[in-house]
Amino acid sequence: MSKTHVTCTVNGEETEFLCDSNQTVLDVLREDLGLTGSKEGCGSGDCGACSVLVDGRLVCSCLMFGSEAEGTSITTIEGIADGENLHPVQSQFLKHAALQCGFCTPGLIVATKALLDANPSPTDEEARYWLAGNLCRCTGYDKIMNAVHAAAAELRGESA
Amino acid sequence: MNDISLKDALKVVGTRPVRPDGVDKVMGRAQFGGDAVMPGMIFGSTVRSPHAHARIIKIDTSAAEAMKGVRAVVTAADLPNITSEEAFVGEGPMNFRDLSCNLMARDKVLYDGHVVAAVAATSTSIARAAAEAIKVEYEVLPHVINEMEAMQPGAPVLHDDIFTSGVDPKPTTPSNVVKRMEFAKGDLEAGFAAADKIVERTYTTAPVHQAYIEPHACVAAFNPDGQCQVICSSQGHFMVRAYCAKLLGIDISEIRVTPAEIGGGFGGKTLVYLEPLALALSRKAGRPVRMVMTREEVFRGSGPTSGGTINVKVGAKMDGTITAAHAEVILQAGAYPGSPIGPALMTCWAMYDIENASAVGFDVVSNRPKVAAYRAPGAPISTYATESAVDELSRAIGMDPIELRLKNAAKDGTKALYGPTFQNIGYVETLEAAKNHPNLQAKLGPNQGRGVAAGFWFNIGGESSASLAVNEDGTIALVSGSPDIGGSRASMAMMAAEVLGVNVERVRPIIGDTASVGFTFVTGGSRVTFATGTAVCDASDDIVKQLRGRAAKLWEIDVEAVEWRDGSAYPAGDNAGKFEPLSLADIAVKSGRTGGPIAAKATVNAQGAGPGWGVHVVDVEVDKETGHVKILRYTAAQDVGRAIHPSYVEGQVQGGAVQGIGWALNEEYIYDKDGRLDNGGFLDYRVPVASDLPKIDVALVEVPNPRHPFGAKGVGEVPIVPPMAAIANAIFDATGVRMTSLPMSPPKVRAALDAAGK
Repeated sequence: MSKTHVTCTVNGEETEFLCDSNQTVLDVLREDLGLTGSKEGCGSGDCGACSVLVDGRLVCSCLMFGSEAEGTSITTIEGIADGENLHPVQSQFLKHAALQCGFCTPGLIVATKALLDANPSPTDEEARYWLAGNLCRCTGYDKIMNAVHAAAAELRGESA
Repeated sequence: MNDISLKDALKVVGTRPVRPDGVDKVMGRAQFGGDAVMPGMIFGSTVRSPHAHARIIKIDTSAAEAMKGVRAVVTAADLPNITSEEAFVGEGPMNFRDLSCNLMARDKVLYDGHVVAAVAATSTSIARAAAEAIKVEYEVLPHVINEMEAMQPGAPVLHDDIFTSGVDPKPTTPSNVVKRMEFAKGDLEAGFAAADKIVERTYTTAPVHQAYIEPHACVAAFNPDGQCQVICSSQGHFMVRAYCAKLLGIDISEIRVTPAEIGGGFGGKTLVYLEPLALALSRKAGRPVRMVMTREEVFRGSGPTSGGTINVKVGAKMDGTITAAHAEVILQAGAYPGSPIGPALMTCWAMYDIENASAVGFDVVSNRPKVAAYRAPGAPISTYATESAVDELSRAIGMDPIELRLKNAAKDGTKALYGPTFQNIGYVETLEAAKNHPNLQAKLGPNQGRGVAAGFWFNIGGESSASLAVNEDGTIALVSGSPDIGGSRASMAMMAAEVLGVNVERVRPIIGDTASVGFTFVTGGSRVTFATGTAVCDASDDIVKQLRGRAAKLWEIDVEAVEWRDGSAYPAGDNAGKFEPLSLADIAVKSGRTGGPIAAKATVNAQGAGPGWGVHVVDVEVDKETGHVKILRYTAAQDVGRAIHPSYVEGQVQGGAVQGIGWALNEEYIYDKDGRLDNGGFLDYRVPVASDLPKIDVALVEVPNPRHPFGAKGVGEVPIVPPMAAIANAIFDATGVRMTSLPMSPPKVRAALDAAGK
């Protein structure tokens, strides 16, 4: 089986990889690039644990083939912090105890960043519908919503 | 120290620090089961039965074995054929032979998704292709899915060696009814005769899956010298070690299991599905093997909890006194014996002080995956029925549902139907907290209703180990044996910090592998903060004693003349002499000169876990056109003893309540006529999403448990017990229609409204 050569940007760095035709972006990230922060919870786009940003758009990386990544810019959970400085979404998730097992957390943080990039002041309903594609089985979403709103306020420059 | 009445004196317990493993988790660095790597590892996959019930005639692995990249194929022939033996290593009893057969079918497959072979290859895609190339010849047998049908004479019999126990005379022909159990007290007949109103009704529930987001995953190596390494996601790495040893016939000392981070479990990861297979493949392949389930495999092949049928009869006088209560509970065990029938019976009337009560249950096998523990196993099923019936009773006598519960509430000194006499319980306080919550003042509109239900869970203690080492700079390394499934490392560090009198950031907690810390029972039964927390406190007390001894040595005074407070040694009084206090760091740096490193370990078999009580109040709105039920407001009150880290305690309550909402409204296993699972994915097995829910308000009640150093009781399981009945009761309040079957999904609610002419 011949492999496809792909060049793209991952977390700001130009990256090359070879992938099989049936490999997804999630497979490539986890198995070939060592970026295991994106998780596979379902492999069918239903759980959101593999959420990444592709050219700024929120995508389930399990639904996109590696070969489709040619020329794109991908941001994964590993690229959300600025070096060792946590992104406000990350620090507010910690402050508000918005995680229990932490498996869905990378996807939720990526999805929340995408939400706040698009809508800096979401209502609770808007935030809940935006995040409806990210399953969390532990928290009941309550503390996640608190963290989302606190991160939105911090990003707007309001004191928490 | 450790006087549980002195809450105000606590400096760390009760605060909300950032969890020590948090940064790894928000940055994507935490290593879960499927992230672990071993050098040279290859990849495993499984072959699963497409039939609900069939005899295996022949397995032809030759085509798969001939494929390029395939390194090993195993079937039941590669595993020891072990004899029947009861085990209690996970949560709930398990028979080793059944566990072995559930892992890999021998002779017969008993459910759609039952593993018949496994393969390892140099890539996952080759392994999956090889699995498809394995030819299994079956003789398909008649199957039975429903528990009531499985009990009928003439039903297809799964096992020819099951003769119902607990009945007299013991049957001479095999059946699917594994056992009958009974708890009884008082005189039921007299109790019902004394009642002014009696409610009698039958309820059914559907099996639901724990639906942790992380599928089962492990990587395992079987070395040529017999030593084995396993890294996996589980609720107990000592459990994994014990089961692997037993199922593969090797010594426990040959196996070292390292706990990965665990992506949710809720009881479902208290037994093994992959690890022994990965080791068997590794032994044959000579390479480490990683196995990760697909989501469909998780649904088809790992254990959900039981569905069941429950008959309830309960009676009361007009003044609200419950005079008699009876429940008959029939639970699906899945393909092998062992539904949570015991706890289902023991919990269903535990909230009440009733003179005349009984609970009778049956454990029934059918062609479904073997059930696994799910959060308060059994209790949500039976309590849905009993708390629905009590709601109906409160309406029949015209009494507020909380007042009825207060009037009959279990209190200190109440002797439970299942035996023990309750002590230090906070059920009445929990009812009062729910009653006084501001949410109950909210006005309800058209098609809206309010429902109340309560729930009980024992909570357990058991065996735990922990060790602490004082580092050279006075920081602390804390090792415990309990996998951290929801933030327990934070509470372990907090309890150690409280005892030692240091900032929590000075304590770094990890979970030790099976060779680095003493045996520790599974993370289950809401036991970790109580039992492992007790071990951590015991070891911390030992450290304090040693620190006092080192200070005494430096000061050349008696150890009894040294006291420890706020993280430093002080002379106990003027008579002890005048010395500047020595901090933990001061003593640590001098430890080489005062006797060597300072370390301590503690092991416990903790007894006296305080039982947990929850009272939930829910407001719903029913869309009469579609049958959709919207949750408007949710209030969960719970006695937690003492909240060590209140945020994570609230999180347990919220998460449990929302799993209960899913159980109530959406979740179920759906089988087609051939006994194949129809909804093995998150699209069709619908767990609650953010937009389904309102805020989940939590009222923590703290009636301390004197058997824990800080008063903690178990928390995680109680909150899944009340939601189903609370929601059913709210739907009745909104519509006047009693929902007696879970899930209360839109089509079923719509049908019930139709049947009632509404």
